[in-house]
Amino acid sequence: MNPARGSLLGIEHLEAAEILKLLKFARRMNPDKPRPLLKGKRVFLLFYEASTRTRSSFETAAKVMGAHTVLIQSFGSSIEKGESLLDTGYTVRAVGADVIVIRHPNAGAPYVMAQHIDVPVINAGDGLHEHPSQALLDAYTILRNKKTFKGLQIAIVGDIFHSRVARSACHLLSKFGVKIILCGPPELVPDIATTLAPGVRVTRHIEDALRGTDVVMLLRVQTERLSGLKIDLAEYIARYQMNPARLKMAKRDAMVMHPGPIIRGLELTSEIADGAQARILEEVHNGVPTRMAILARAIGRMR
Amino acid sequence: MSPEKKRTSLLIKGGHLVDPAARIDAPMDVLLKDGRVAEVALPNKIKGGADEKFDARGLIVAPGFIDLHVHLREPGQTHKETLATGTSAAAAGGFTSVCTMPNTVPVVDSVEWIEWLRQSERGAVVNVFAIAAATRSSKGATLTDFRALQTVGAIAVTDDGKPILDDNIMREALVLGGELNFPVVQHAEDTRMTENCSMHAGARSFRLGLRGMTAAAEASIVERDVQLAMHIPNARLHVAHLSTADALKSVRRGKRGKARVTFEVTPHHFTLADEDMRDYDSNYKMNPPLRSVSDREAILAALADGTVDAIATDHAPHAAHEKEVEFERAAFGITGLETALALAITRLYREKRIPLARIVELFTAGPARCFDLRGRGSLVRGSVADVTVFDAKKKWTFDVGKSLSKSRNTPFDGWQLTGKVVATIVGGKIVYSG
Repeated sequence: MNPARGSLLGIEHLEAAEILKLLKFARRMNPDKPRPLLKGKRVFLLFYEASTRTRSSFETAAKVMGAHTVLIQSFGSSIEKGESLLDTGYTVRAVGADVIVIRHPNAGAPYVMAQHIDVPVINAGDGLHEHPSQALLDAYTILRNKKTFKGLQIAIVGDIFHSRVARSACHLLSKFGVKIILCGPPELVPDIATTLAPGVRVTRHIEDALRGTDVVMLLRVQTERLSGLKIDLAEYIARYQMNPARLKMAKRDAMVMHPGPIIRGLELTSEIADGAQARILEEVHNGVPTRMAILARAIGRMR
Repeated sequence: MSPEKKRTSLLIKGGHLVDPAARIDAPMDVLLKDGRVAEVALPNKIKGGADEKFDARGLIVAPGFIDLHVHLREPGQTHKETLATGTSAAAAGGFTSVCTMPNTVPVVDSVEWIEWLRQSERGAVVNVFAIAAATRSSKGATLTDFRALQTVGAIAVTDDGKPILDDNIMREALVLGGELNFPVVQHAEDTRMTENCSMHAGARSFRLGLRGMTAAAEASIVERDVQLAMHIPNARLHVAHLSTADALKSVRRGKRGKARVTFEVTPHHFTLADEDMRDYDSNYKMNPPLRSVSDREAILAALADGTVDAIATDHAPHAAHEKEVEFERAAFGITGLETALALAITRLYREKRIPLARIVELFTAGPARCFDLRGRGSLVRGSVADVTVFDAKKKWTFDVGKSLSKSRNTPFDGWQLTGKVVATIVGGKIVYSG
């Protein structure tokens, strides 16, 4: 079965025009001026993995638009009792879900759901694979600060291998010709990452990544996903941590982004996190209108 | 069997016999009598009558196909497959003999279970040769009783699915196997390097966010095993479902060094590559995984140049609820018995121009040699009357809904293929006609 219309499973197969449409619509969404586009609709939030930002942001977006939201977390539901992904999906469908938002530790889980259940499925992050709503809100944030993607260069520093944010960001920005430099040690930034999308380059040197860069995106080292991989955190800090001296190597007006959660003292210092160039909380803020647009699109009301 | 249906002789007339072991590739008639090959002769030269005749005009007549690697899931996992359903699928795929893997529940590691598998109550319609576990419960710690297992009919030992990682245990297995002329089959995978992995490590796995099994995880074990086999007198190593170019290099070196090393490749590894998997379809998930295009090309070259000993399916049925889950949680394995010949003819014969006689060898004399299946793999007079008759030109579409296997997990559903089994004859009796 093909995914239901309005599903958002990833950025990779989304066309540039569709992305622009979403971003344009998001700009018209104002969380402080409710628009009941989802009035009477039921949005089910299936969270198989911990989340603060994404969950609260989707929930807020849905509620601002007049939807009922139901949150199902693996802890405290039948998922804990061993119910399969699809059986949970069929159950949620039977209860009357109009949209399913799913966060899952396994890559591709939203695809499995969308192939069997005729309800729009929104991927809220699947394993190491994609995090499309994050990429869209980041694109939204970049456009608010830089006006255009044209001529931009972004450095994404940190744990690319374990990052669905990085994969989605590369797919999205590549579609608009942004130069993308991935930076980190080989264990976290394998050379194969350059095959992800056109315009992606890998470097091991932070200076090389930052020179001439307009956007610096920092990623957390996902110690919980390392799976036996040993990373010397002290060495990581020495070589890749973002601090004021390093940030000076980027363009003067470079913006600093981070999908969160941030770990102060590891991938960035407090001066960076709280500094004038940081746009980290703005990203969180922009998550709501972006997800309003994603939900409106899911039920065919993005007009 | 009712008396009126009892047949003692069968004349296969008008076909084109391809019997690579006997160096025959010509129009020939074949007379089967009392479970043996009674005569092979030029067309219309066989005198005397036969109880039954089979018109094989326009068809290829070959020794019965042998599959060295199938999972028929008995004992214990009959929701996936049984000996009855699995061997029916085998017959439909032209296989007259299959070798069953011991990773069942419980593990086939004792004389009792080998005997149980051989009982007629199991309902097998083709010959079933049991491969026993190499270590107790396939835990990799203590060798099973090779001698006793061999005596009751086990044809090889393996811990398939759970490779023997411990160097000393593998050495012991090859030493004992060498003394008994008993092949040790290795599923080559260093599982310490493949934890949580669900496909081949490459651009595709990176893109999909799936942890990948490196080629090195296979090649390192194959290299170690080949080295051991080269230095242990008479040791017999059989590498199961070899899938990487690097492992192939080790095997080639071993063969040049006169080690007794044989290996099989599967139809899915010579047909597909990792990049063919779309949208987390778990019917593309198996172990070893679909490899890179360059690995596949290396395997195709080895099929063409005569290095590969056998094509084996690694038929691994699983129920829908074990496959229609998150890709990383889905069971490894696909069914393969009913598509093997057609994939070989379509990919190897028609696309890669590998001679038909070579392909038949990979299904017959090749596998028979790997496990010493005497009297099989050829149709010389006196051989067991196992015959596969197929149409090498017939185009058809594989419909998994019509599969005789109990399971449906195949990536080849709806594929248009060339080459179809017309009759499968076991011990002189037709067990399948298509």
